[in-house]
Amino acid sequence: MRPSAVLVLADGTTFEGESFGAERSASGEVVFNTVMSGYQEVITDPSYAGQIVAFTYPHIGNYGVVPADDESPLPRCRAVVIRDLSPRPSSWRAVEALDAYLARHGIPGITGVDTRRLTRHLRSHGSLAGAIGAASDEATLRAAAAIEPGTEGADLVSGVSTPSAYERNNDQAAYRVVAFDFGLKTSQLDHLSRWASVQVVPASTKASEILAERPDGVFLSNGPGDPAALGWAAGTVRALLGEVPIFGICLGHQILARALGASTYKLAFGHHGGNHPVRAAHDGHIEITSHNHNYAVDPDSLDPGRVEVTHVDLNDGVVEGLRSLEVPAFSVQYHPEAAPGPHDAAHLFGQFRDLIGRSVS
Amino acid sequence: MPRRDDLHTILVIGSGPIVIGQACEFDYSGTQGCRVLAEEGYRVVLANSNPATIMTDPDFADATYIEPLVPEVVEAIIERERPQGLLATLGGQTALNLAIALADRGVLDRYGVELIGANAGAIRTAEDRHAFKAAMTEIGLSVPASGIAHSLDEAVAIAGEIGEPLMLRPSFILGGAGTGIATNRAQFLKMAIAALRASPISEVLIEKSIAGWKEYELEVMRDRADNAVVVCSIENLDPMGVHTGDSITVAPAQTLSDFEYQRMRDAAFACIRRVGVETGGSNIQFAIEPRTGEMVVIEMNPRVSRSSALASKATGFPIAKIAARLAVGYTLDEIPNDITRRTPACFEPTIDYVVTKVPRWAFEKFPETPDVLGTRMQSVGEAMAIGRTFPESLQKALRSLEHGRAGLNCDPAEAALESLAEDALVSRAAVPTPDRAFQLEAALRRGVSVERLASATGVDPWFLDQIGLIVEARRSLSLVGLDTVGRAEMRRAKRLGFSDAQLGYLWGVAESDVREARMRLGVRTTFKTVDTCGAEFDAETPYHYSTWEDTDEVRPTARPRVMILGSGPNRIGQGIEFDYCCVHTSFALREAGYETVMLNCNPETVSTDYDTSDRLYLEPITEEDVLNVIDAEIAASRGQGRLVGVIVSMGGQTPLKLAGRLPAGLVLGTSADAIDLAEDRQRWSQLCTRLGIPQPAGGTARTIEEAREVVGRIGWPALVRPSYVLGGRAMEIVYDDQGLSRAFAQLVGYGSVGREGGLAAQRPVLVDHFLEDAIEVDVDAVRDSAGEVLIAAVMEHVEEAGVHSGDSACVIPPPTLAPEVVEVIEAHTRAIAEALGVSGLLNVQYAVKDGQVFVIEANPRASRTVPFVAKATGVPLAKLAARVMVGETLAGLAASGLIPVRPGRAGHVSVKEAVLPFSRFPGADSLLGPEMRSTGEVMGTGSSFGLAFAKSQLAAGLALPDRGTVLISLADRDKQAGLGVAIRFAELGFSLLATSGTAQLLEGHGLPVAGVVAKVGETGTDAVELIAGGKVDLVLNTPRGRGTRADGAQIRAAASVHSVPCLTTVAAARAAAAGIADSAGHALSVRSLQELHGSAGRDRPTVRPGPPSRGGIGLP
Ligand SMILES: Nc1ncnc2c1ncn2[C@@H]1O[C@H](COP(=O)(O)OP(=O)(O)O)[C@@H](O)[C@H]1O
Ligand SMILES: Nc1ncnc2c1ncn2[C@@H]1O[C@H](COP(=O)(O)OP(=O)(O)O)[C@@H](O)[C@H]1O
Ligand SMILES: [Mg+2]
Ligand SMILES: [Mg+2]
Repeated sequence: MRPSAVLVLADGTTFEGESFGAERSASGEVVFNTVMSGYQEVITDPSYAGQIVAFTYPHIGNYGVVPADDESPLPRCRAVVIRDLSPRPSSWRAVEALDAYLARHGIPGITGVDTRRLTRHLRSHGSLAGAIGAASDEATLRAAAAIEPGTEGADLVSGVSTPSAYERNNDQAAYRVVAFDFGLKTSQLDHLSRWASVQVVPASTKASEILAERPDGVFLSNGPGDPAALGWAAGTVRALLGEVPIFGICLGHQILARALGASTYKLAFGHHGGNHPVRAAHDGHIEITSHNHNYAVDPDSLDPGRVEVTHVDLNDGVVEGLRSLEVPAFSVQYHPEAAPGPHDAAHLFGQFRDLIGRSVS
Repeated sequence: MPRRDDLHTILVIGSGPIVIGQACEFDYSGTQGCRVLAEEGYRVVLANSNPATIMTDPDFADATYIEPLVPEVVEAIIERERPQGLLATLGGQTALNLAIALADRGVLDRYGVELIGANAGAIRTAEDRHAFKAAMTEIGLSVPASGIAHSLDEAVAIAGEIGEPLMLRPSFILGGAGTGIATNRAQFLKMAIAALRASPISEVLIEKSIAGWKEYELEVMRDRADNAVVVCSIENLDPMGVHTGDSITVAPAQTLSDFEYQRMRDAAFACIRRVGVETGGSNIQFAIEPRTGEMVVIEMNPRVSRSSALASKATGFPIAKIAARLAVGYTLDEIPNDITRRTPACFEPTIDYVVTKVPRWAFEKFPETPDVLGTRMQSVGEAMAIGRTFPESLQKALRSLEHGRAGLNCDPAEAALESLAEDALVSRAAVPTPDRAFQLEAALRRGVSVERLASATGVDPWFLDQIGLIVEARRSLSLVGLDTVGRAEMRRAKRLGFSDAQLGYLWGVAESDVREARMRLGVRTTFKTVDTCGAEFDAETPYHYSTWEDTDEVRPTARPRVMILGSGPNRIGQGIEFDYCCVHTSFALREAGYETVMLNCNPETVSTDYDTSDRLYLEPITEEDVLNVIDAEIAASRGQGRLVGVIVSMGGQTPLKLAGRLPAGLVLGTSADAIDLAEDRQRWSQLCTRLGIPQPAGGTARTIEEAREVVGRIGWPALVRPSYVLGGRAMEIVYDDQGLSRAFAQLVGYGSVGREGGLAAQRPVLVDHFLEDAIEVDVDAVRDSAGEVLIAAVMEHVEEAGVHSGDSACVIPPPTLAPEVVEVIEAHTRAIAEALGVSGLLNVQYAVKDGQVFVIEANPRASRTVPFVAKATGVPLAKLAARVMVGETLAGLAASGLIPVRPGRAGHVSVKEAVLPFSRFPGADSLLGPEMRSTGEVMGTGSSFGLAFAKSQLAAGLALPDRGTVLISLADRDKQAGLGVAIRFAELGFSLLATSGTAQLLEGHGLPVAGVVAKVGETGTDAVELIAGGKVDLVLNTPRGRGTRADGAQIRAAASVHSVPCLTTVAAARAAAAGIADSAGHALSVRSLQELHGSAGRDRPTVRPGPPSRGGIGLP
């Protein structure tokens, strides 16, 4: 039998379970994700830096872990909370069990938790910090949860961005794109490199260095944390506006919005799942999309003469996409690269290519 | 896009009688569809031949036609009603086929009717397997290699090219005849010959068999703006080769990584777009090779289906309702999600639990057919369960099946597997049968490895590992006992789905002791909510399931509530009729101001629609589960909001059995004691004696000697049967000592009944005198607590007593009973109602022999005939009974206008006919007897008995010929009665063929016999050859009694294969002759229920429960 473990929230609420993965404690902001498949992609998504992810779908680990599904080389969240860990993976693709994988990377997990109770709690109280660890350490965990700073105002990007630039070359490609790594997911790189040679650069790269490279386009990746804490990044992007076509996703979208003068705010418990309907303003078409964001762009802060809202979440009206009316730049809050999630919006990468094509000619 | 205003009247076609593969899921979808169209302001015209459905209630449409679903009849309806639109995608294969037939005949063009939902082109592409494969290949999806053969030579050539194993699918067949998988050439040749013969156009599709691959289904919806969503993914535990309808299935898919799942989702959208289903739901099936991940498309159903009903119940996303809205022009984003009310229906549900569906079969009723599962569906019903994990939901589903099992083994019935050696268990599990899940658990418990089992069965190791968790828990539980078990261990057991009954078995204590100990340990159920969104949004709809977690979500209420126990999975003998009664109870009580709480586990039904009642619990109907819900509901009571009581008498035997185990004060209606009085053989006999109501002579026996002694007293023939069974299970008529011994052996100890588990084998066998040639009569009545009795209908059966009441045709009003006899029957019924103290419904069955009335049985509960009576007479019987059970009087209900002024308009006859599943069970004899075997029913109405009967036959799929040749073969004891019928057919201009004995009789009475038919196997043309050669238009073969059975069986089988109407009783033949005679002078005429009963249809003040959820919401 597995050792008993506990999740303690900053408000004192506790959840009992059993330990898996690494046998150690961890704290962070607790968020839930509603995808029914794709736990590995979530766990390795750098946007989850600083967070403890709880899965609402009860069975996790069913099909194991495979390098091909990694969104970054390491698990990036701080801990994993689930209802039920599968004894073994069963899949022709699996190379490792989730349990062993997390243990290998030092990430603790807790299983057996009433994750629905946790989700409902977060839904009504908003995101909360929490800590998981051995049941016997409850008092320590409580203290850890209480002092956990949370993500607001925190710059978490520097911790996940690549320390040095690297290339993903495509000899057939007609275009060269520079991708800012704010917490880049591998699938974004996969999409871009289908038609571009991509140079991935650290988040802190200066605009002048980028422009010196004379890229055909600049891509702003997703990433963790509060966009308001990344004034330096918005500054960089502002300097690129009008110089080169820009496409941003998730945190990249928020940074672009801030560069265009908008502000961002924190959602009560964020969007984390693979089933959100998003409507495109120009034709009314709806796509089912993958989301992972705690922050969003404030529509009232957008200058209607300069920026247009292109996409809206049908569930709650949150701004999910925008476009500059003056310069070639657009972005979406959700994840067209999916992974995990539906492929409905993958065409946006094509839109970026077309935008580049138009501005090159 | 807004609702279409160019449509005013829409015709909805239902799916007709319940048959295997098409059950009450289409009542659920049709009811939703009709409701939505009415809400949207359209005039709704409904055609469906099945009177047991809720959709055919006059409240759900403006014009309801309970008429045969054949093109001529539907054309007549179109001609009268002039709809602009036809919605055929909610009525299963029947409605689709009918729509295509109407299109082909030019009817739709002639009357300007548009097919809405799916158009004819899309239906053809999806339905024609060859065209479908071509379309899939065209868009780059893989399909199993295949070819079409019209001859054996072609078949062999295709086999040579593709190579065995091969799957054969004959075209245009009934019930899957000739379908199957051949693993070698010899087998292939045999099957190809049979398949070519089975197909009326001698065509067979031969396909590479991929048995053993993993099987999946996706439920997809698309709107006319091309928005598309997947509502649910379903994974089959049984791999390819077992029909999805016969597989244990699980939602969502468990063993697909996101990479694989999204690839399948992309393929599904490509498929629905290519086929061209513009709006609505479709079901798309896929298979995946487990070692390489290779994916192929199997088929697509361009309509709502059994799986879409399951998906709707599994996710809370009402596919049919939304499909109906899409069909009239809305887009997904304009339709609100009923459950959250704040978000649109344009999304993909995410669930935070596991749903398991387990089929229920009826092989015990078809002993000639092996209980091996294959590519054609044979199950008759299903149960669904929700748990937070797969093991929990699997065990809940298995006990929901109500087949005498308390979960996945760990119960008395597991004894059957205990004697098997390890190897025997594995090789049995390798052949899919209804027992497979139990064999898997037993094998794992014996230490067989997951790898070995997985390779023997094709069941994914993930499922086996999960079952392994149950095995492991059992092992550790067996080390403790009731006194030593700790809270954590108890909780772990419950979280894996162990029932108190299983734990009681394991520890050798009573279930009630386990419950008590569990409560002491503080291990209680928690109820969670089905909310479409994994708790991301607040749910408005109280659709709950039990599980074992930290917190509970049942909301308090201050309104008085009534709980209704449903009827569980459909089975032969207990089907949709009881769901009709439960649903009506809910409607009636909501109308009367109560909150209703429904508890049921059948995903096909209207009762498990969250719109039907105020609260829905999807739970097994067992003592433990029901008590848990009662506890939760009592705990939720605030102020005036007490739980007034529980209704156990509307869902058939299932809830009735629980009456005695619920808190006595809570059972509404007839008391538990009165129920027992009617069920208990001895008490019931004493009561009849006291009331002076004759019963057939009889007694009980535990041994064959005792049985002989009883027969010695009552005389031959005798009827023997077990106690405590339903639908005439294992009932047999015996004419001599040999027959008695044979029947007895099956009934006691470990005969076939013993193996089924349950109480039946431990109780004495009932032996009664069999009343030969008696007329059987059914009565449905309601009594209120003030003692007033309303006799809603006296029904006369067409077939004589001895053919189970559920299998015989029956007629309102009685065509041949003398008024004095009807009076006696009514008086007996009143006396029984009074003596039992009935409050609510009462059904009594009688046999009338030579003018004397004998009572066969009384059931103080809803009966199978309640909906038929309601449709035939206009008396809303179930609703009245529901109101009576909460204390209202018939007088009061009459005063408020709920009882129509004496119905039964002169000159209006209604006939109910049974529909039998023989075509699904190779080798089964179509003979009728006291064991019920029908799955469904149809109704025909007309101005005379003959017309109504003829219509009922047409509706049942057997169009009576108006001329031609009748083949007659009578058992000796039927010869006299049969003679009269033969004369009648001769008068009607039919030419007569007969077997030798019958021919002698006919000729002896001066009738012209056109030909004497040889016995099967003798020289000369035999009956089978004549039927196969199309020389016979109608068969009358009555083999009951001591006649030559084998010969008859072959004749009947041939008739069934070649779709020649075959009557097996003289009574039915007499009715058929009347039907043919009456039809000759009459053009086919159709009338709606609203016209028949003079009501205005759905404009009458009625309940239309559920939130008003019109389309058209804006952004928040
Ligand atoms: N090529 C095949 N090889 C093996 N089994 C098959 C094959 N095609 C279908 N099956 C099995 O037969 C069942 C019925 O086939 P399907 O095409 O779904 O027809 P339907 O559902 O219309 O009866 C499937 O559920 C599957 O288990
Ligand atoms: N004594 C009898 N004589 C003739 N037929 C009988 C007799 N008893 C029962 N039957 C026939 O058997 C059928 C089933 O018996 P019944 O007692 O109604 O059992 P169930 O509870 O299964 O409906 C009846 O519908 C009737 O046709
Ligand atoms: Mg199928
Ligand atoms: Mg009966």
